[in-house]
Amino acid sequence: MIMLQTENLSKNFLLHLQGGVRIDVLRGVDFDVRAGECVALAGPSGAGKTTLLRSLYGNYRAGGGAIRVRHEGAMVDIVTVSPRVVVEVRERTLGYVSQFLRVVPRVSALEIVADAARGMSHDAARRRAADMLNRLHIPTRLHGLPPATFSGGEQQRINLARGFIGSHPILLLDEPTASLDNANRDIVIAMILEAKAQGIAVVGIFHDTHVRDSVADRVFHVLPLQDAA
Amino acid sequence: MTQSAHDETLLSARGLNLRFGNVIALDNVDAELWPGEVLAIVGESGSGKTTLLNVLSGRMAPQSGVVWYRDAQGHLADVHAMSAPALRALHRSDWGFVHQNPRDNLRMGVTAGGNVGERLMAQGSRHYGNIRQEAIDWLAQVEIDASRVDHLPRTFSGGMLQRLQIARTLVTHPRLVFMDEPTGGLDVSVQARLLDLIRTLVRRLGIACVLVTHDLAVARLLAQRVMVMQAGRVVEAGLTDQVLDDPQHPYTQLLVSSVLSA
Repeated sequence: MIMLQTENLSKNFLLHLQGGVRIDVLRGVDFDVRAGECVALAGPSGAGKTTLLRSLYGNYRAGGGAIRVRHEGAMVDIVTVSPRVVVEVRERTLGYVSQFLRVVPRVSALEIVADAARGMSHDAARRRAADMLNRLHIPTRLHGLPPATFSGGEQQRINLARGFIGSHPILLLDEPTASLDNANRDIVIAMILEAKAQGIAVVGIFHDTHVRDSVADRVFHVLPLQDAA
Repeated sequence: MTQSAHDETLLSARGLNLRFGNVIALDNVDAELWPGEVLAIVGESGSGKTTLLNVLSGRMAPQSGVVWYRDAQGHLADVHAMSAPALRALHRSDWGFVHQNPRDNLRMGVTAGGNVGERLMAQGSRHYGNIRQEAIDWLAQVEIDASRVDHLPRTFSGGMLQRLQIARTLVTHPRLVFMDEPTGGLDVSVQARLLDLIRTLVRRLGIACVLVTHDLAVARLLAQRVMVMQAGRVVEAGLTDQVLDDPQHPYTQLLVSSVLSA
């Protein structure tokens, strides 16, 4: 079952402050991912992998084409629906793990993760968040602290716990293992495989070829436009 | 289509225009707000954002255009066609307004507990013990120690005054709160505490909120949607993270690129 599909997707950036320079990044992208499948986005640096991933989440506004997401049984084109519907799709269907954690002042690591849980009581969410943080080797003494002062790798693991706790039917991962050591990298691989086994559709950017080979069923090549032409 | 639950707007404005002499404060502005949603209005000083807030909340009349409010029973009311007593009643019950300067809302000669309890009494509560207890509960929620309940607001710091104003506003469980630069004028550590408090309370109580701020980080933290204003016009609107991360309009690009990242 197709969970997410793009049709003739394009994206350009028009930089008004730089004299109206127009940068074309994506053109004619047809892409899909099925339930339980993991598709890796590959291509040279600057080809537009992150731009594609952000467009799929609605963080970047597509220039043209469609991005259809299976949301509660129906296909919703997040390019054309109202922002309110995108908010709802993100709450219930579309999860996203960015490269960097956006720290909220004063909010503890545990609450940041528990906050993203769905369909459980606050206490259950906190227990589940603690389990996930423990699994990712975040020591219990750090759970109650705001992660602003944590290391890059610790922040990334909190971001991952936050992304996975919601069990969204579709999960977008931008370099989920970039600053992790091998032990933690293997845990993330296991988490992705478990998500796939649950039927979650995963789209990810994995520079680490070991991670990519371990989790990806297919590779989708994103090419710089001048090369593609 | 799955626009579930909240299909009907709580507040909707169409074609708002307002000029001060030859200064255009609002130029054909439309706005909509759904239950439980936080909408941020951003823009530089003089862009018309506070004027828009005042017109949406009925505190200032537009020269043309209409603002509709849908009450808990589903009845639509034209905010600017209401009688003054009806509008005051709305501000006492369904609505709240958090001012940039808490002194504009608080009564400085009345104790902290009295400031919170007064909104309850205006709604008809009469039992002194209950009112006092609820006031103490609300002071605790905004992290003001119960021992300060009988103190006058003038003995409070700026951050405490702002938290007291928030307690006074939220004690009646409004459906809709208007906020005008709630963190303006506070130092950064105090801002963080206040933002966390607003974020938590608004979400827990499911309050809809129209928030005016010039601080894009505040908009990102609190609001699902954002409207960008320049010279009285809405130049761009949409999902907060999309507008801030992929701004389309030249003015929004300027606004986003002008922020120093710490």
